[in-house]
Amino acid sequence: MNKDVLIRLNGISKSYDGETVLDNMDLEIHDKEFITLLGPSGCGKTTTLRIIGGFETPDTGDVFFNGERINDMPPYQRQVNTVFQRYALFPHLNVFDNIAFGLRVRKTPSEEIRTKVKEMLALVNLRGFEKRKVTTLSGGQQQRVAIARALVNQPKVLLLDEPLAALDLKLRKDMQVELKNIQQTTGITFVFVTHDQEEALSMSDTVVVMANGRIQQIGTPTDIYNEPVNAFVADFIGESNILDGVMRKDFAVRFAGHDFVCVDGGFGENEAVDVVIRPEDVDVVAPEKGMLKGDVTGVTFKGVHYEIIVDVEGFKWMIQSTDYVAEGQTIGLSIDPDAIHIMKKSEFSGMFGDYSSFSDEFDKLDKLPEEDAEESEEE
Amino acid sequence: MKNVSRIYMTLIFLLLYAPILVVIFFSFNEAESLSHFEGFSLSWYAELFEDDEALTALRNSLILAVVSSLSATVLGVIAAFAIDRTKRKWVARAMESVSNIPMMNPDIVTGVSMMLLFVGIAAIIHSQPFLGVWTMIVAHTTFNLPYVILSVLPKFREMDRSLSEAALDLGCTPFKTFFRVELPYILPGAISGMMISFALSLDDFVISHFVSSPDFRTLPLYIYNQTVHDVKFSMYALCTLIVFAVLAVLIVVNVTGSFRASRQRRKAGQRQ
Amino acid sequence: MKKQNAVRGAVASPYLVWTLLFIVAPLLFVLWFAFTDASGAFSLESIKGLSTYGRTFVMSIGFSLIATVVCFLIGYPLAYCMSKASARSRSLLLVLLMLPMWTSLLVRTYALMALLDNGGIISNALSGIGLLKDQHLNFIGTEGAVILGMIYDFLPYMVLPIYTSMTKLDVRYIEAANDLGCNGLQTMFRVILPLTRPGIVSGLTMVFVPSISTFYISQKLGGGSFDLIGDTIERQFQNAVTYNTGAAISLVMMVLILISIGIMNRFTDSQEVVVR
Repeated sequence: MNKDVLIRLNGISKSYDGETVLDNMDLEIHDKEFITLLGPSGCGKTTTLRIIGGFETPDTGDVFFNGERINDMPPYQRQVNTVFQRYALFPHLNVFDNIAFGLRVRKTPSEEIRTKVKEMLALVNLRGFEKRKVTTLSGGQQQRVAIARALVNQPKVLLLDEPLAALDLKLRKDMQVELKNIQQTTGITFVFVTHDQEEALSMSDTVVVMANGRIQQIGTPTDIYNEPVNAFVADFIGESNILDGVMRKDFAVRFAGHDFVCVDGGFGENEAVDVVIRPEDVDVVAPEKGMLKGDVTGVTFKGVHYEIIVDVEGFKWMIQSTDYVAEGQTIGLSIDPDAIHIMKKSEFSGMFGDYSSFSDEFDKLDKLPEEDAEESEEE
Repeated sequence: MKNVSRIYMTLIFLLLYAPILVVIFFSFNEAESLSHFEGFSLSWYAELFEDDEALTALRNSLILAVVSSLSATVLGVIAAFAIDRTKRKWVARAMESVSNIPMMNPDIVTGVSMMLLFVGIAAIIHSQPFLGVWTMIVAHTTFNLPYVILSVLPKFREMDRSLSEAALDLGCTPFKTFFRVELPYILPGAISGMMISFALSLDDFVISHFVSSPDFRTLPLYIYNQTVHDVKFSMYALCTLIVFAVLAVLIVVNVTGSFRASRQRRKAGQRQ
Repeated sequence: MKKQNAVRGAVASPYLVWTLLFIVAPLLFVLWFAFTDASGAFSLESIKGLSTYGRTFVMSIGFSLIATVVCFLIGYPLAYCMSKASARSRSLLLVLLMLPMWTSLLVRTYALMALLDNGGIISNALSGIGLLKDQHLNFIGTEGAVILGMIYDFLPYMVLPIYTSMTKLDVRYIEAANDLGCNGLQTMFRVILPLTRPGIVSGLTMVFVPSISTFYISQKLGGGSFDLIGDTIERQFQNAVTYNTGAAISLVMMVLILISIGIMNRFTDSQEVVVR
């Protein structure tokens, strides 16, 4: 990957009405990469994007673009374009005029405008839509117009603020692939904001996981999934069983009342740690053959696999298995050394990873009010 | 139940229209009488059109309505923009309330207060009272202002802030953003505000009564002057003309309105 | 950010200057004139002199209250009937309602005069059918004529806002009320009336305010025998000597109306503004 740093954020902090949204954030964005800011509502990802776009000024810290400090540069002078969350297509203009908007402002000759808009419509698969009113388009089509409108200006960087959030599931998957293709054909740097971990993992070169206004982890999707740095990342990306453990010595860890062999080292002797085990890495075996033994308290059929909640001495594990087990059954759990991931203790320790009150609905109920709070705060 | 309601509506509207219909009828009376219709005649209309004062008043009314509705629209759009963009909520609310004063106050108080302003300023700078066309324009613009704000502000409020940000993002300065994106968006509100202002300005008598001078008289002031003493049949003719003019405008507005509605319905049907 | 604020301030300045100069300053001038005498010196004479106008105030308030109540009693059922009509007749009814609203008040009052006047239509008609023997019935100059004028001129202003809130009323509320056992009358009083309250409040305001401040109606239909607040104010401004008294009366009327609007708005949560 090209390692030229295109955008550098240096010690950025931002607060609204005394509430800190970004806390001393550092970030480097490289040329031609697809970077995703991922995190729950209110983590500061949208604010970061708006600072890069020029719609917000950081309270402290500096924004550099190609090595030049651009804190006070207004949005209309930046070589950056944005695809807005609800697209923000101009309702008084048709598809062609929406896409041509940026070129016209820059006084591009009309012949050139026509060619470029045509090209863009081809790129986003909207040939023949020139004269359509934007209000008559479907969500997916509006989305494409918004992307074309931004890309036609040949920005150095394209900022995308939860662009797929308003689309239904099927369309969202298609657009993920299409966006990735567009990014690769145009070679433009994409900075993508989402709260959807699956979206982030499947599209990005680099994922930046954020929480509470701070970056938790930066890495490739594989790194983030396999080597989460703390309980927050482990829980936010995929499902995780997170247990309190003690590192006996290198490659030996004790948790759930047992000693396990693992592949991690470099911790202090008897250091308290968080242990992550992914649900799909636990094997269901006969009770006497397992390293741990527990009672099944819940089974849900998920299509590809069963989701099994197992009570092991009061701690509820989640296990994904293709074999059916009955509720109430006692089973054994077997874990391979390379399925055990050890993390240092963090401010998030003990907050996640127990499935005792797990429910999809609870998850959603928890999230809704938060989202509202973020909207009003970031308006 | 249906019949009761139909009878009730007919009765009330008949009572509401009785005086107007009577005036229209007798405006075509050859004789100067409200009791005996002695034959159809347009003589009262002829008398009206020979009256230079009436024609001047009509011209003045139109000039005043055009100028004051235009200036009220420009000011009102600026005002709505300022109110919408004011960050502190209480400041915005205060601005809105103050602008609404001419709409909430009885016309007579607005008229009196404007007159006292002009008289007071004249006294302070030791000049002759300067009531006339300029004070009329100022007064009409002022009482039209809240109506423009009332129809423009909701457009600003409902507008997605990211539309303006998108324009900035695509290279517009804030100035260009206003003219290329924000103004087109609120335009329907501004136009309906302007139409309301135009109509209010044509119609206004009370405020004009206090801030005018005899050398710039509008149509309502002319009617007032003509009706101070005795009944004049040429005034019945004028009343008839005004009623028909208003009716024509209302029908045009209504027909274009339903025309637009039916066109929209047809479009919706086509898409299905 | 600071620069942006400065620009915003510059853009807003024409409006702010206009507001201060032509909305705020005139009210200050009313205050100033109310508390000075003809020579410009501070004086409470005008305010003290208001006690002589006690009867005027009482009569004006009485007349406009009666007119407002009658307008409501006639207008509310009318608005209800209109809102129940078919879509096509609704637009016709609306034109019929708006026509008087946009026809000058002078024209309407003048037309009513033609009906009530000595030698007017009613008088002529009555004598025509022999009820009046060679004598003329003159309604002009009675309390009834003035109040009738207010009702006639301002009734549409009561109907329109109520009609608007009726058409906005979701039919499902009425269906729900019927479903829960309300008969027609109960539905009216328990559901429709409370839900159209914003329209009622602005209708009441839009009739009361112009009624209490009118002077043309009382001049024409009162035949000069009824001096309402509006007439009194108007007369003070015929002559520069009495400007101060006029300002004082205007001030009191303004306060009176603000108080009544304030009271009325307590009955509604909505911020609906008085528009015609």
